[in-house]
Amino acid sequence: MDTSVDYKKAEASARIRGRVLGAVKGVFLALWALIVLFPFYWMVLTSVKSYSQYSSESVPKLYTLSPTFQNYTSAFTEVPLARYLANTLIFAVGTTLIMLVVITLAAFAFARLEFRGKNAVFVFFLSLMMIPNELVIITNFVTITNLNLRNTFAGLILPSVTSVFYIYLLKENFEQIPDSLYYAAKVDGTSDFRYLWKVMLPISKPTMTTIVILKVIECWNSYVWPRLITDDQNYYLVSNGIQEIRENGFGRENIPAMMAAVVVISVPLIVLFLIFRKQIMAGVSRGGLKQ
Amino acid sequence: MDMHFIRKRMALSGKAWYTVSNQKGRVTVLNQLQGRNDSDADMESEENDMEIRLEHLTKKFPNRDRKSGWGARRHGKNSGVSNSVIPQDVVAVNDFTFTIPDGKLIGLLGPSGCGKSTTLNLISGLLAPTSGRIFFGDDNVTELQPEMRGIGLVFQNYALYPHLTVRQNIMFPLENRKGKDRLSKEQMLSMADEAARLVQIDKLMERRPGELSGGQQQRVAIARALVKQPRVLLLDEPLSNLDARLRLQTRDEIRRIQRETGITTVFVTHDQDEAMSISDLIVVMKEGVVQQIGKPQEVYDSPANLFVAKFLGTPPINVFEGQVRGGKLYIGEDAVLDAGCVTARNEKTAEVPVGGFARKSEGKSAENSAGGETAGVPDRDVWVGIRPEGFLLREDGPFCCELNGVEVMGRDISVLSKNKASVNPVVRSIIGTENKVDTSSPVVRFALRPEKVFLFDRSSEERL
Amino acid sequence: MNMARGRFDKVKGWLYLLPAILFLGAFLVYPLIDVFIYSFEEGYNFTSQTYFGVGIYNYSYVLHDPYFLQAVINTFILVIITVPVSTGLALLISVALHSITRFRNLLQTIYFLPYVTNTLAVGLVFMILFKKTAYSDGLINQLINLFGGNSVDFIDGPYWAKMLVLCIYTIWVVMPFKILILTGALASVNEDYYKAARVDGTSKFRIFRKITLPMISPMIFYLVITGFIGAFKAYSDVVALFGTDLNAAGMNTIVGYVYDMLYGDSGGYPSYASAAAIILFAIILTITVINLMVSRKSVHY
Repeated sequence: MDTSVDYKKAEASARIRGRVLGAVKGVFLALWALIVLFPFYWMVLTSVKSYSQYSSESVPKLYTLSPTFQNYTSAFTEVPLARYLANTLIFAVGTTLIMLVVITLAAFAFARLEFRGKNAVFVFFLSLMMIPNELVIITNFVTITNLNLRNTFAGLILPSVTSVFYIYLLKENFEQIPDSLYYAAKVDGTSDFRYLWKVMLPISKPTMTTIVILKVIECWNSYVWPRLITDDQNYYLVSNGIQEIRENGFGRENIPAMMAAVVVISVPLIVLFLIFRKQIMAGVSRGGLKQ
Repeated sequence: MDMHFIRKRMALSGKAWYTVSNQKGRVTVLNQLQGRNDSDADMESEENDMEIRLEHLTKKFPNRDRKSGWGARRHGKNSGVSNSVIPQDVVAVNDFTFTIPDGKLIGLLGPSGCGKSTTLNLISGLLAPTSGRIFFGDDNVTELQPEMRGIGLVFQNYALYPHLTVRQNIMFPLENRKGKDRLSKEQMLSMADEAARLVQIDKLMERRPGELSGGQQQRVAIARALVKQPRVLLLDEPLSNLDARLRLQTRDEIRRIQRETGITTVFVTHDQDEAMSISDLIVVMKEGVVQQIGKPQEVYDSPANLFVAKFLGTPPINVFEGQVRGGKLYIGEDAVLDAGCVTARNEKTAEVPVGGFARKSEGKSAENSAGGETAGVPDRDVWVGIRPEGFLLREDGPFCCELNGVEVMGRDISVLSKNKASVNPVVRSIIGTENKVDTSSPVVRFALRPEKVFLFDRSSEERL
Repeated sequence: MNMARGRFDKVKGWLYLLPAILFLGAFLVYPLIDVFIYSFEEGYNFTSQTYFGVGIYNYSYVLHDPYFLQAVINTFILVIITVPVSTGLALLISVALHSITRFRNLLQTIYFLPYVTNTLAVGLVFMILFKKTAYSDGLINQLINLFGGNSVDFIDGPYWAKMLVLCIYTIWVVMPFKILILTGALASVNEDYYKAARVDGTSKFRIFRKITLPMISPMIFYLVITGFIGAFKAYSDVVALFGTDLNAAGMNTIVGYVYDMLYGDSGGYPSYASAAAIILFAIILTITVINLMVSRKSVHY
């Protein structure tokens, strides 16, 4: 009799403890979500406030009842935001396309072809992964300057068209394709190149997609190299563009217009992320290195 | 020679070629193909000669195991033997000579690592032999690239391209052709349809491999191998990825397709049931060396050595230590048979293996028959192999075993017993259900059917 | 399988590798060697590409440059604060996230958002949130006032305030990666361990200490190492908050010092930049080696 009562008590207290713990957890998680989301909310909110409205709020309001899109118009007319966006697009597409060709060929050679010194080269490649960008950027800056490639897309693109990590990722993926597929293709008289093009690449599409997305994100956010290599606004990418806007844009401290530009720059990546959420998160956790 | 062959391969093209059968009741792909050749005389001579000839085929792999290489080196220094400094190569196929007759289904059989897959890869051209030559008909194809050999290869895991539909998979080999061999889209489609119909997957053409069962995938793989009208079809463990029921069905299917197309077919398996049931000829291999070649029943009835005897047959053969003394065969203390009687019976059943192939067993049986009628085997130690069905339950039988138990299997009864001389822990004998076994008795006595008893040399394990 | 193939194949592999080798050689291997050469060339002149002599003067200059010393101090403070705080916070969040089922996907998506945003752009938002201007104290200061504190200019004000906002933004930026890795690590711990421990009556906290933590310790350690390396290389988030003239703001980092030496108003000294970069990587290498040695003892498997 006594024991049964004890059980009930224990159960009840456990339930209460569980609920309290659950509530604490929930509040904690929600708080972090708020901290993450708030800057995004603030950027959108500020971007739809008019300049006069924003400057008159000495205590910033958490909402606005009279949203305006004037700031977006300013962002595209008063500063060359469209130009920055176009440049970034060219830079991202160019870099990604050339990189795909380079890494696909290299990964195929490592995964599928037999030649002397293959393993040695591969180990050498892997060791290159440890070289930090900050060390080599100095000489690259000098090289590109000496080649007269400053303020050109070639100068922007060329140093970042190879990635040992992506070669490694793709090689691993290629190696998972059973050997027998290759031998079957050989028996049928398929050339190596056709096999790569018709069989390996289609099968590796998920990995290729991940690589493309990660590379595009990297390009979109790249700041240091473009800053070093361009001083002509016509070749600015969005990162440099936003810095330029911050320091010299709009003639005065027009924060709402600046925020409009920030929204325009941020939205493409967020949309991309929401579409390819799974691939991006899987790709990043496999070895994503921020910038 | 090679150029001649290549030109002929180039002449292949997409004409219907399966469905018309000739008088012999089977279709010969090459008949159709050669019909397009310029010279009829050439064609005739080719037709009878479409066998695959392997001459002294040897494949060695360099020893990749560094440790053993080093070990050998060190050992070599200590013992002062200079030539052991070189690490030993692994001999996967050793001096394989065999002619596969035209239009037959051949099973390459052996435990894993016996070199059967290597042999298949040598025939396909995916591996280059260390020495020896391969002929398809009169053409020496030893140096030829796989795609020039005109082979169809079906892989153990089917190797279907997962991103292509069944139709695209089947058409893939045809799309590789270049120059004047290039086929029109319609030709390719109709050839793919034809191949699909032959293996009865024409309803599944738009599916992807992932949406097919194992058996269906197998058929697609066969269709893909057949679509380019190969002169030789090679199957690597074609049934091992299927479940037991599909396996039975598929092996009949392979048999049917082979009969219908009449393509010389070689398949590799480690499953002796599979090999025995559908092959015209089986080749038993062990450690790169061919042990025996023959029709399945003949190999079973007259194994060339202890390995072949043990490898074929389920339940496996029972092996005993025995002696021949004064013309009698002893197992333990029991004189179970007249020794001469065993050999004599086998002489009758032994046939010369097909395909012009010469084996030691031939010479041996000849020698035996020349040596004498009864006391053919001099006194010596032997291995005695007795097939499970070679036991007859007799109360006065000469062979006495300790009774262990009885398993009723429906069709027949399996008697488990023990014998001191037995190599296997349990002696398994299969007897008809009409026999009653006295399970209370501690011993069981057998008479033996001489044609199911084989004697092997104690050291060489060769058949006596 | 070695195939019966022609001689061409032996070259073919190299042919496929050629583009990668060329690019890596030109933009990774050559520069790596070159940066060491630069760092020892004294008085290198960028326009004439000449130098006076060879020696360690560049290193000595950099090590005596007050801007560099300030950058080193800033970087170390940033590293020491952000790495433990972000890793600990990410661990708490991941554990909490792992224990819930509802909203887990949604929250995971939200938490990952900072990873896919432009550091420079969002940095601007942080700046206006913390900045005190003539017409407004900014939202954060309003909050501080609400709790009875005084307004501080976090962007152009005292050093501690600037460092605080930099740490907050850095943590905000690096959290997504850490949460992602840790939730992945937690999910990969076999449920059977937990079941076994529950059956034995182990308390939740003990389960976490004795099972979860040791099981994910390699991943935590991985995050600590990459966190150290990443924080030592901090630059663009600093620029986002304080603008490109970091020396003036007193908020420069080592990487920022390298770039300033290379380019811009104070630039044109690749030799000094090289020396500073090499010093930075000597520091990173040392810290990583120490980390590895510590992990030998503390990572349980």
